[in-house]
Amino acid sequence: MFLRVAWLVMRKDLTVEVRSREILYTTAFFAVSCVLVFAFALVKEGRPLEDAAAGILWISVAFSGTLALGRTFERERHAETLRALMLAPAARPAIYVGKLLGIVLLLLVVEAVLVPLVGLLFHAPLTARPLTLAALLVSGTVGFAGVGTLFAAMLVRARSRDVLLPILLYPITIPVIIAGVRGTAALFETPPADDLAGMWVALLLFFDIVFVTLSLWTFEPLMTE
Amino acid sequence: MNRVFPVLAIVAAVLFAAAPFVVAQTPNEATMGVVQKIFYYHVPAAMAMFLAAFVCGIASGMYLFKKNEAADRLAVAAAELAVVFGLIVLVTGPLWARKSWGVWWQWDARITSTLLMWMIFVAYLLVRRFGGAGAEKLSAALAVFGMANVPFVYISVNIWRTIHPTTAVVPKLPGGMKGPFWFCAVSFMLLFGLLLALRARLELRRAELDKLYLQADEE
Repeated sequence: MFLRVAWLVMRKDLTVEVRSREILYTTAFFAVSCVLVFAFALVKEGRPLEDAAAGILWISVAFSGTLALGRTFERERHAETLRALMLAPAARPAIYVGKLLGIVLLLLVVEAVLVPLVGLLFHAPLTARPLTLAALLVSGTVGFAGVGTLFAAMLVRARSRDVLLPILLYPITIPVIIAGVRGTAALFETPPADDLAGMWVALLLFFDIVFVTLSLWTFEPLMTE
Repeated sequence: MNRVFPVLAIVAAVLFAAAPFVVAQTPNEATMGVVQKIFYYHVPAAMAMFLAAFVCGIASGMYLFKKNEAADRLAVAAAELAVVFGLIVLVTGPLWARKSWGVWWQWDARITSTLLMWMIFVAYLLVRRFGGAGAEKLSAALAVFGMANVPFVYISVNIWRTIHPTTAVVPKLPGGMKGPFWFCAVSFMLLFGLLLALRARLELRRAELDKLYLQADEE
């Protein structure tokens, strides 16, 4: 039952998204502009800064992730569908998981555009350890979106939600950013520092477990009026 | 509360007035000399900040799960104090660091996690102030998540080199420093307790006043 509700909520979000493609297109474009802004700021005399790729990648993920989170729930608010979701006879945590999966999938699609672009513009060796890189990206995205989904859902009713989301989200997701950047930077070294990257993946997974559990636990009292 | 408060307030004032004289009598530290004396304010303020953060986190959890209004008032009071004492820590820290390490700031685990914790409580107050309806719950969730976050920040920054002294320094203080240090620590804790009680009571009065307004409106 739990998984079925989560699956249905995710499918609903993805169906809406596939039909309009609004959030995907705008978020992807925003992420690309972000990388370009960094390129203009950090590329000197045609050469990118050493070690800049990992940081730029994760800052772009964090910024575009915030945008996507805000937009996803703005759509729910606009159509009054979040209230309908909450009225549905379904477990609240299942709704949270459904929303989280939808946002994670969306962000992974955006990252699929972002990563090659960063690799191209900042000469990052993407193909050296593709699996570890994927593990870092997936676990980092789950951690970021796990906290983000909870706060974005709560902020739906708040007045200045556009400003408050990053204010709440960034201090809490700093460990994700640190682990993501350090882990990715370790992978981009020549030769790649596998041990270090593995340790950061482990930390990210641990973060994911703690924060998703905490979100599942607090989603119910938080979303009850 | 009404009778005890003035007495304790006077005691706290006397303690703080006496503190500079007590600190002046301590022996100078071998390498840092007189600069080290900022320690008697820096560390007790940090202790008060962490205590405030802890109180805020626990009270927020109680408010979130048990709907305990008194816990919420305690949480606001503690969050404000965490910001105030945190500011003292974050001002005295760089002053000390500039003299003993030669730099204002180090990206060390303890320093970074203190800064982030302070930011979380600033965010708590911002949400509380500008969040509109339902901001109490939002900020309570932020405090709970902020508490859970501290070990992660600490671990993740700890991989970078650490130069900040650990807490093991405090129990191993030489005799001449131990007494004055605990004198300052007790003064800060007393001040913290007083401000917490006072601020929570102010919040209670506000809630009561709001209730009276609503009643008067209905009549």
